[in-house]
Amino acid sequence: MDPKDGSSTTPVWAEEFSVHASEDAYVQRRQFTKFLVLTSFGMVAGNGWIWLKALTAAERATWPQVVIGRASEIQPGTVRFFSYPEETDSCILVRRTNGEFAAFSQKCTHLSCAVYYAVERDRLECPCHEGYFSAANGRVLQGPPPRPLPQIMLEQRGDELVAVGLTMHGESE
Amino acid sequence: MKGLSNPARRRRRVAIDAAMVMVILVLMVQMWLLTATLESYLAGHHGAALPGFISSLVLFAVCAFLYRLVLRIDRMKEREHGSEATRSGPWKIG
Repeated sequence: MDPKDGSSTTPVWAEEFSVHASEDAYVQRRQFTKFLVLTSFGMVAGNGWIWLKALTAAERATWPQVVIGRASEIQPGTVRFFSYPEETDSCILVRRTNGEFAAFSQKCTHLSCAVYYAVERDRLECPCHEGYFSAANGRVLQGPPPRPLPQIMLEQRGDELVAVGLTMHGESE
Repeated sequence: MKGLSNPARRRRRVAIDAAMVMVILVLMVQMWLLTATLESYLAGHHGAALPGFISSLVLFAVCAFLYRLVLRIDRMKEREHGSEATRSGPWKIG
């Protein structure tokens, strides 16, 4: 019998209880959908943030020029650490065994562990997940990193090595 | 199971379920879009940021529309319950 008509044997408490189980399910679904829509807004906010970052990055027409050190002081097979373009951006200057200089961001493009120069293999290695990068141009040789290391453009002025810019490799592709 | 025995209520429930599934699907696309845009930005392809943002905004509009649909279905339910309550409200005890 329908509990709504007064003649049923349903107890009074069940008749008077304000929310039926089926209606409770409606409320839960509505709230869950509301939560999903709010999450969707969060995704929009994330995409908006990336767009704003891209806008500000595009406005940056010039890079600072930072003197890293004297070329004669850096022996082949050794490295020097410096910051570029900001103080918080750690970079590594490598003098390869053949005498060439190359500089890269020290953050692995996988999960931002610090990479180091493996002299005997002439490559940059990430100790966290065994990601290897070429010491010549920062390209990924092996492992999980999805992108090459950002490379610092260098200029040699006399004996001084100067960082003059940063390239992501992807920009020219 | 009382609710499922009423065909109108069952239809509403199916409609809400369908809307919810669609919102989940749209959200999954948005998650993929955010990941892809971020990956692209970090790789130096800044041109993908604006299309990614606009696409995400459109998908959010779809989500919001589906949510409004759920609310509308809910209001239909409340109206129906309101008329039932007028006929035989729980205050008429005995």
